[in-house]
Amino acid sequence: MAVITMREALNQAMREEMHRDENVFLLGEEVAAYQGAYKVSKGLLEEFGDQRVIDSPITELGFAGLGVGAAMVGLRPIIEFMTFNFSILATDQIVNSAAKMLYMSGGQFKIPIVFRGPNGSAYQVSSQHSQALESWFAHFPGLKVVMPSTPADAKGLLKSAIRDDDPVIFLEQERMYGNKGEVTEDENFTIPLGVADVKREGTDATIVARSLMVPLALKAAEELEKQGVSIEVIDPRTIRPLDTATIINSVKKTNRVVIAEESHAFCGVGAEISAQIMEHAFDYLDAPVVRLSGVDAPMPYAKNLEKLALPDVARIVAAVRQVAYLD
Amino acid sequence: MSELKVTPLKPRAQQGEAATVAAKTTVIEGKPTDTINPSNLREEHKRRQNQQQARISDTDREALLRMLYHMILIRRFEEKAAEAYTLGKIGGFCHLYIGQEAVAVGALAALRPDDYVLTSYRDHGHALALGTSPDEVMAELYGKAGGCSAGKGGSMHLFDADKHFLGGHGIVGGQIPLATGVAFAAKYKGTDQVTLCFFGEAAVNQGAFHESLNMAQLWKLPCIYICENNQYGMGTSLERSMSLSDVSKKSGGYGLVGEFVDGMDVLAVREATARAVERARKDSLPSLIEVRTYRFMGHSMSDPGNYRTRAEIEKYQERDPLKVFSANLKQKGVINDAAVKEIEDRVRAEVERAIKFADSSPEPAPEELYTNIYANPIKQ
Amino acid sequence: MATQVVMPKLSPTMEEGQLARWLKKEGDKVTVGEPLAEIDTDKATMEAQALAEGVVRKILVKEGETVPLGAIIAIIGQPDEDISALLSQAQSGEATAENKKNIDESVKADGDGAQTELAQVVPDGARTRATTQGQPLKGETEGTSAGQEDKPSAKATEQPTQPRGDSVKASDNGQSSQAGGRLVVSPIAARMAAEAGVNLQTLTGSGPGGRIVKRDIEAAISSGKLRANSPQEQPQESQAQASAQTAPQAYVAPAVEGASPYRDVPVSTMRSTIARRLVSSIGPVPHFFLTTEIEMDRAADLRRQLNELDAEMKVSINDLIIKVAAAALVQHPSVNASFQDKVIRHYERADIGVAVAIEDGLITPVVRGANTKSIGQISREVRELAERARSRKLKPEEYTGATFSISNLGMLGIDEFTAVINPPEAAILAVGAMQPKPVVRDGEITVRQIMRVTMSCDHRVVDGATGAKFLQTFKKLLENPVLLLA
Repeated sequence: MAVITMREALNQAMREEMHRDENVFLLGEEVAAYQGAYKVSKGLLEEFGDQRVIDSPITELGFAGLGVGAAMVGLRPIIEFMTFNFSILATDQIVNSAAKMLYMSGGQFKIPIVFRGPNGSAYQVSSQHSQALESWFAHFPGLKVVMPSTPADAKGLLKSAIRDDDPVIFLEQERMYGNKGEVTEDENFTIPLGVADVKREGTDATIVARSLMVPLALKAAEELEKQGVSIEVIDPRTIRPLDTATIINSVKKTNRVVIAEESHAFCGVGAEISAQIMEHAFDYLDAPVVRLSGVDAPMPYAKNLEKLALPDVARIVAAVRQVAYLD
Repeated sequence: MSELKVTPLKPRAQQGEAATVAAKTTVIEGKPTDTINPSNLREEHKRRQNQQQARISDTDREALLRMLYHMILIRRFEEKAAEAYTLGKIGGFCHLYIGQEAVAVGALAALRPDDYVLTSYRDHGHALALGTSPDEVMAELYGKAGGCSAGKGGSMHLFDADKHFLGGHGIVGGQIPLATGVAFAAKYKGTDQVTLCFFGEAAVNQGAFHESLNMAQLWKLPCIYICENNQYGMGTSLERSMSLSDVSKKSGGYGLVGEFVDGMDVLAVREATARAVERARKDSLPSLIEVRTYRFMGHSMSDPGNYRTRAEIEKYQERDPLKVFSANLKQKGVINDAAVKEIEDRVRAEVERAIKFADSSPEPAPEELYTNIYANPIKQ
Repeated sequence: MATQVVMPKLSPTMEEGQLARWLKKEGDKVTVGEPLAEIDTDKATMEAQALAEGVVRKILVKEGETVPLGAIIAIIGQPDEDISALLSQAQSGEATAENKKNIDESVKADGDGAQTELAQVVPDGARTRATTQGQPLKGETEGTSAGQEDKPSAKATEQPTQPRGDSVKASDNGQSSQAGGRLVVSPIAARMAAEAGVNLQTLTGSGPGGRIVKRDIEAAISSGKLRANSPQEQPQESQAQASAQTAPQAYVAPAVEGASPYRDVPVSTMRSTIARRLVSSIGPVPHFFLTTEIEMDRAADLRRQLNELDAEMKVSINDLIIKVAAAALVQHPSVNASFQDKVIRHYERADIGVAVAIEDGLITPVVRGANTKSIGQISREVRELAERARSRKLKPEEYTGATFSISNLGMLGIDEFTAVINPPEAAILAVGAMQPKPVVRDGEITVRQIMRVTMSCDHRVVDGATGAKFLQTFKKLLENPVLLLA
């Protein structure tokens, strides 16, 4: 075990998988010579050469489709979006090609590809560069959507994503690249997709959080513990397919749920989780599920407004107190 | 005349036939590939007839017969598909290939069996020319379990992994980046396989086309982009949709080779493709080939076709690629009427069998609704 | 956190209460649901229960003292808690007025029909609790956790979710768990209550808007009393509802003393639609009118004979009409009914209200069980009631709770009129003057005593044909009174 950053964990995952399988390659903007816009691919060019670590022109639709085509004939591309904001240009290839190829070819062409990069808010980059898109991709059958919140999860899940035979949308968080955590050096270490993680056990209320919201939820839980409230924090880790069972089991125990997310609430992942809870654990609820989401507005530039646009520890604490009828 | 002077508001068709067919010489390594002289069509037809007859002399008989057979197969298959569509046996969109047979047949005749092919939703001809069983193609159109995509793709999404047919794709231009990726994979793996990517001229206006050509030339990918220019993007003519309507010239923007080919001459298409295949296989270089063709039917079965005149269609039908090829073969003594009839009889039997197969093939089982969504499904 | 104990509303007609006896004294520990005091209402002596846990800190009303509803009678709190703010508030009477207002509003919200209905399944004390507990306590601060160790039900981890200041929140919203007649309860709380046999109707929700939440059930389970009294009530109610669907349900005793026993038949979807549509058409009670002419010769003969044979007898035509109406009602139970929103209430007896004009108004004394009484009895009763009505000496139970009414303006020379229904009754019969009129009988013109009656019907309960059939019977009986003997 070593304490490393999430950036290093992702780098390790790619490095290990590229050593393990020569069909794995990395392609994206600034991934090679520049060493990655966020330095996630640092050192890979030197190690694997420019045939496997490829700088792409700024041509998201093109290189996303190129990746899907390469996957059709047996390669296992890792396509990096400098940020997922730019993946919007590539959604036709992700949604219409990657997600549906296996199905509409009657099972003849699987698409083992990973689209990865930072998703969600960044610092003061305004509306077009600071948004969470997981609900877009999670909407489509055929895609898998992963959102790690710790270095260990990032490494284990990315390795699984690369080995997976389906298209995986792997959503990192720019603000979390520097977050540190213990990560094993064991090359056989993976974390299965589709399995949620109970980040903290508790009995009074459940916070379902993903990505950037997980550390905030854990901080809120500490705060609430001082107030005598015992919080369970669940990180689904994989958004699609969603590990509903773990969430439902927690709801059955705590009866109260707060969902924290960076993305907008409307038609969001929180809405889906909330609906799942309603469908599968209605009789166990003691309070309506509360969603704590990014505000229903584009991300502003101004620092103070930006802060207001996202859930924070205080708001998570307040939401828990609300569902637990403490205020 | 210079195309740069053309004002977009004024349809080029009204400026004389010259503009429409004036695919001027495109330069490959300094040599002209082809031209069409519209000023004297009779002369032009005569010239082209002579050209094809000369090519026939240079081609072995077996290859010629195989091409003729595939063209007839596609023609009769599509006619039968149109009938089945009107009978309600085929649903949804159904884009027929009648009139364009020479493109798929000619181009694919230049390939090796391990090369890859991708195309748009007008894909019946490509599948048949690649050797996918007419039974499976028809069953797919019927939405049956015996279809080449198990009934889940339909007319627009024919796939045949065995024949390296990587699909009919439904979003205009969507297959172009995919094909680029397939070519990328061949280069990555160090094979000398080439990838053929077909698309209509309307796809040229999509960003995917330009992004792909850029990457292909940048990374020297063995991909051949074949634009089947049937001159109509659904109901919108080329002139009304493209500022620079000489598609082959678009290659210049990315520095790759561009060729213009008469799509009514199956052998011309085969030749041009063969040149591109050689470039791809030997030098790992991409090419853009504009194949000027014409579809005799509507955009799809549900197209009333009132955006073009009967006279225009008839003018092109004079150069029906199947009629022209068949006549030239006879004139050159490669085949006689009996041989043509033999092929026609064989095709008719095959198409009849395909209809029977499609009729009797079972519908996909209801549980198929949820299969093939994930290669590695995760149970929840 | 300290809680005020108020004079609870223990009967529908109660305005004030007399504190009969304190069952706890200052300093005594109390738990939720424990009897605190005996209260004399206008009807009976009832128990007031403690609605909060803690110690009786202050008793504000002496035994024998009568105070209005909502008056603060005691304060329950923690032993060391500062209750001075609450005390001064209580003594200023400020809270009392507000409490009274809230009670009044909650009663209004319950609706007239729902009131007695609810009374059947919920002890009055329990209903009151929902509306009176935890009035806004100005100056009170929440957050003291003293005394938590005393709570037997609190799991260590759930301590912070125990009541504390939560009832303040609930009452801030001015709602109760049963606001609008609907019980507001979280799914898990409903489930736990069903499993533990806790009667939700007896609980006060501590959640927002008075929602009954998990901790309320936990508290109820730990308080033995609630658990003990609930199993009989809840199942009984649901049983009654279930059986109503299939077999006719037994008549149940009414809340108002002396009123007719009744059974409730659920309102069908169609009936509910009819009710809604008709109401939206013409006011809360959609009236329609049926008129018929009745040949009164035989009835008049009968009356004459009765009065001749017995000097004591002073039978009027109206007495006969009452008797006949009662007899007809027994044959047509669907007219002897009332609309109760969710149910149509069918009455076992025909309690006939008789409109009596008095100075400045009108009152309708009730002849209870007119169907079982003789004409003589009815006659005597009506005379006696009318007399007392005119001298305004009728008790409320003597002029409320009729199942059908009759208004007779014949003595004032009115030929025919329509009367307005006295809700919740389903019909009222307007009786005109009896007068000789030429009629055709067996092809010949002859003179008969003719009386016109018009019945106003509540269309939510009585349809045209139903009313007409009733009137048919009524007419037949009145034209052939001998049938009363049949």
